[in-house]
Amino acid sequence: MENVSVQQAQRQRRLGNSLKYFGLVLLALIVIFPFVLGLWTSFLPSMDIAKGSYWSTHLSLNNYVAAFTKTKILRYLFNSLVISTLVMIAHVFFCSLAAYAFVFLKFKYRDALFYIVLATMMLPFEAEVIPNFTTVRQLGLLNHYAVMIIPFLTSAFGIFMLRQAFLQIPADLKAAADVEGLSHWQFYWQVTLPYSKISLVTLAAYSFLGSWNQYLWPMLTTFSDHLRPVQDGLRQLQSEETFNDWGMIQASAAIVVVPTLIVLLIGQHYFKSGLNAGAVK
Amino acid sequence: MGIELQGITKSYGHDTQPVLSAVNAEIQDGELFVIVGPSGCGKSTLLRMIAGIIPISDGILKINGQIMNGVPPKDRNLSMVFQSYALYPFLNVADNVAFGLKARKMAPAEIEQRVTEALTMVNLTEYRDRKPRELSGGQRQRVALARAIASDSKICLMDEPLSNLDAQLRVRMRAEICELQRQLNLTLIYVTHDQTEAMTMADHVMVLNDQHVQQIDTPLAIYNHPANHFVAQFFGTPQINLLSAMTSGTAASAQLVIDDDLEIELDQPLAAGRYTVGIRPNELQLTSVADQAGNATVINVEALGDQTIIEAILDNDVEVRVVAAGQMQVALDQRVTITALGPAFVFGTDDTLIAEQRGAKDARVATVN
Repeated sequence: MENVSVQQAQRQRRLGNSLKYFGLVLLALIVIFPFVLGLWTSFLPSMDIAKGSYWSTHLSLNNYVAAFTKTKILRYLFNSLVISTLVMIAHVFFCSLAAYAFVFLKFKYRDALFYIVLATMMLPFEAEVIPNFTTVRQLGLLNHYAVMIIPFLTSAFGIFMLRQAFLQIPADLKAAADVEGLSHWQFYWQVTLPYSKISLVTLAAYSFLGSWNQYLWPMLTTFSDHLRPVQDGLRQLQSEETFNDWGMIQASAAIVVVPTLIVLLIGQHYFKSGLNAGAVK
Repeated sequence: MGIELQGITKSYGHDTQPVLSAVNAEIQDGELFVIVGPSGCGKSTLLRMIAGIIPISDGILKINGQIMNGVPPKDRNLSMVFQSYALYPFLNVADNVAFGLKARKMAPAEIEQRVTEALTMVNLTEYRDRKPRELSGGQRQRVALARAIASDSKICLMDEPLSNLDAQLRVRMRAEICELQRQLNLTLIYVTHDQTEAMTMADHVMVLNDQHVQQIDTPLAIYNHPANHFVAQFFGTPQINLLSAMTSGTAASAQLVIDDDLEIELDQPLAAGRYTVGIRPNELQLTSVADQAGNATVINVEALGDQTIIEAILDNDVEVRVVAAGQMQVALDQRVTITALGPAFVFGTDDTLIAEQRGAKDARVATVN
């Protein structure tokens, strides 16, 4: 009798799980469909795409070859890589320094200053575009790498995020470091940064991707292919020619996504919990 | 020399009550000085002021004759062990121990030698490459100890270092710490809330309660002559019995009466009035009697094997604890007569000790000393 009811319960649970997974798979397919479609079309000749025959069997890497040989996509990738890497390094460095000050230094108006930093997050980027544009023009930075880096050297969100991470460092660890005679610089470099490694990697990935995906600002401030980052480069491919080579554009888009995936994969390696277990009981 | 505390006070803000007021003490070189008190009494605050982690509001702190108020922690030349161990999770055991030495820019060869020595002392040599998260609580505690040993400062501060360990390990680590302290001739200031640790480890004990120093003395002197109610209650398990008593008759008398059967005979007469008498559970005697006789009823019996702890309620509704040696057969609700063996403390209206009656047992202890 009991055996039967145990089996029944198991069957019900399995049925429930099956339904749940069916729903999840369905949602996943909906989300992933545009990406799969994009990737699929990148292997198709543009003629087939234009005709709408997506089930074509003329799959080839020709579009990729064309993207590398006929367009400046390598230059765009290089530009984006330089800009994003510099912005990422600057974010990690300046945000961690600022966050350290907000957590471990005691000074007048510390909290007020922090709230002001937070308040800047409430202003949407689009609202700052015009005054920022005027500023960089007067500084003579237009059409230069600097224009895509200097305004983005730090981020309020990064400061906020790292401050929260640094607040997790046990007070006893700071006290122990004080007794052992660590200077602020030593504590920052040898304890704070290693302790908050996960948050730092997260911020680095976030900053890199944020910079990689910038579109509006580079479009406004750069005028030559020589300096354009990928997102604006992609746009450029579309309008330069009268007949849009959609297959090649899709291939370029796929290429542009690859660094993003690499950053996420590297980042994911660090998102393991429990790295800081054992510091304090 | 050693460490001198003169009127050390800590208050946060001007209008608020101080969390620690006017602490005076002198800690000799090479002694194990225990600061004990219930949680919230300010003992950790005091330790952190000595370490320089939090500033001293008022008073003077001298280490080896030098005034240390306002001197940063690293220049006080001391080491500290935290309740939470405060290990660096991303460094292995050896690097954790070496960390402070590296920060002080010591020569690598000397660092290596000290780390090896310190790890040998705490029996962690084979764990030197492990991360703290791969160690048990006791081993983490020992890494923290090794860190203190490796720094060659002669003053070590410990903030409840054993409170996260299980009972057996605590007893073992207690002995290990005492041994290390003697071996290295450390001046060790040890904060705990555990009176057993204070009794078993200390050369001198400071009892803190209610933001004030209650008593500073050797452990036995505190046990034998508690300065007030609080100290008497804090030291000794089971807790001392505090009973209300009247002098017999209307004139000054040497006899204090708790009830008809339970009374204390003092050497010196006391002025007539009401006093509080403290009698340790093992200085009370309990004999079973027939129905309705006697002066108390048994409400709880704990047989520990080598001793029996009996809780009884006196007919005037006061609970008393009695400890009898060996295994004693007493039933619940049994009527008993409780009498005093002799030794007792008499506290005045302000809770301070005003007289004590030394009994036969006390005299024996005295001759051993």
